[in-house]
Amino acid sequence: MESDIRLMKGNEALAHAMIRYGADGYFGYPITPQSEVLETLEAEMPWETTGMVVLQAESEVAAINMVYAGAGSGKAVCTSSSSPGMSLMQEGVSYIAAAELPALLINCMRGGPGLGTIQPSQADYFQTTKGGGHGDYRLIALAPSSVQEMCDFVALGWDLAFKYRNPAIILADGIVGQMMEKVVLPEPRRRRTQEELIKQCPWAATGKTKDRNRNVITSLELDAHAMEIINNNLQEKYKTIEDNEVCYEALNCDDCEYLLVAFGSMARICEKVMELARKQGLKVGLLRPITLWPFPSKAIGEIAKHTKGILVPELSAGQMIEDVKLAVNCSVEVRHFGRLGGVVPNPDEVLDALYNMMNK
Amino acid sequence: MKPEDIIKQGECVYKKPTLLTDVNMHYCPGCSHGVVHKLIAEVIEEMGMEDKAIGVSPVGCAVFAYNYIDIDWVQAAHGRAPSVATALKRLNPDNLIFTYQGDGDLAAIGTCETIHAANRGENIAIIFINNAIYGMTGGQMAPTTLLGMKTATTPYGRRVDLNGHPLVMAPIMAQLDGTCYVTRQSVHTPVAVRKAKAAIRKAFENSMAGKGTSMVEIVSTCNSGWKLTPSQSNEWMVENMFKKYPLGDLKNE
Repeated sequence: MESDIRLMKGNEALAHAMIRYGADGYFGYPITPQSEVLETLEAEMPWETTGMVVLQAESEVAAINMVYAGAGSGKAVCTSSSSPGMSLMQEGVSYIAAAELPALLINCMRGGPGLGTIQPSQADYFQTTKGGGHGDYRLIALAPSSVQEMCDFVALGWDLAFKYRNPAIILADGIVGQMMEKVVLPEPRRRRTQEELIKQCPWAATGKTKDRNRNVITSLELDAHAMEIINNNLQEKYKTIEDNEVCYEALNCDDCEYLLVAFGSMARICEKVMELARKQGLKVGLLRPITLWPFPSKAIGEIAKHTKGILVPELSAGQMIEDVKLAVNCSVEVRHFGRLGGVVPNPDEVLDALYNMMNK
Repeated sequence: MKPEDIIKQGECVYKKPTLLTDVNMHYCPGCSHGVVHKLIAEVIEEMGMEDKAIGVSPVGCAVFAYNYIDIDWVQAAHGRAPSVATALKRLNPDNLIFTYQGDGDLAAIGTCETIHAANRGENIAIIFINNAIYGMTGGQMAPTTLLGMKTATTPYGRRVDLNGHPLVMAPIMAQLDGTCYVTRQSVHTPVAVRKAKAAIRKAFENSMAGKGTSMVEIVSTCNSGWKLTPSQSNEWMVENMFKKYPLGDLKNE
């Protein structure tokens, strides 16, 4: 069968990828710069073809709790939003993580804090990788840098979410969401039958049959010692994910003397920075974390052994840089370059920062 | 002599519904929750929906409803039960989905979700326990607390100038196009219990028939929170609560 190649926005690719994954439901609330996700789904009317439910909720708070419920009944469900909306969702995200539900979340980041701007940003890195909501929990965080990855990470995110019964999040930004690129859409999968769902998710609230005990989706445990055991089990699961699911792209890292570490659209800019530097004979490499959690600490630590310095360009005041510093444990200088509030740098600005680092 | 020697099958006039578990309820003696739980269990059994029912428990005293009724449950974040029920029903249209919510959950933190789920006409049943106080957290003011009523956060009585008016939800729900059935019931007498059970059954049947949202408000007692004996609570409820929250159907389509 011929590939289905289209030109579309990252946000549109997300919607098409959901339908083709065999998703059961999407619940969202409009917010710039990710509204095309809901708009595309409503235009495609998947309820007429695959039976996928699409609902515009009354708020992000409602949407995330719809996702909690859908995932609680074993369905493949998703919500997407942008930074202020994601902040509203954080209680629900904590509940989903605590109840160990396999949901897919998408944050198409914009500049903050507060209502901020609708321009792209990466300033929700802390919120995504360090918590956001209350309690000790982790999200499997995927950072796409192209429209193709926006598309592909939908399936990857859901597969990982179901594999570990843990929410996964696609941490995109306004650039990746809004830019148009060529994308190869995946082969459509059919939605699971209810029998297949129950086999895959025997824990789900699907209606208690006589052959099993009742399934209760909850995160409540009043006994402190019992709650500690639940937490310890979560931490064990997180350790397994850290051991098995780290994903990154390393470009020119084998011989590099200076390393750029960047994710998402900033990594696209850094590819150009690397190219410009290499043209001038400078041995510059780029490591692009694809999973922000679990973070590719070991890979960065190894590359750091033969580098003179690491530059971490981010669309934030410096958030991922903390994980890079932990990865290299003070063995090499790590510097930040950032633009804030929705400003996107051109490659020359980043290259200048790299030169400054080289010249001390 | 054993109980079965005394009680013959033919003489059995009442038995605990099999869906009610043997777990000791944490509710205070005199509280309405236990009766309403029993009614829900009876109705689900009588409808033959044991394997189709999914309950949504709230935050508040009834959070542990899932320990007492032997069906699948999803425990919702505070106020979000109607959103949870919305998604459960849309994704599982063959299932019987109901929420069980207190006055704080439904009429304070969850007012938005309650109104929007009902306005969309989600095919869910909402059981609303209105006892005009926050029981679980120790007797603070609820949105439905009556004027003059003393609570932990209105120690000298609820005042309009400080605390605003009691929020009366049923008429708000009744005027929404998405609701098909809005009723107020109580469980303080055997007759009231029978009426409340019929109302719950009707709400559940409406949801399975796809008629829209039903809300059964149960005007209830919280004798611990009200600092009254169970029987005094029933009297106080009849004298005071029923004036602000009169029993009967507000909408029945």
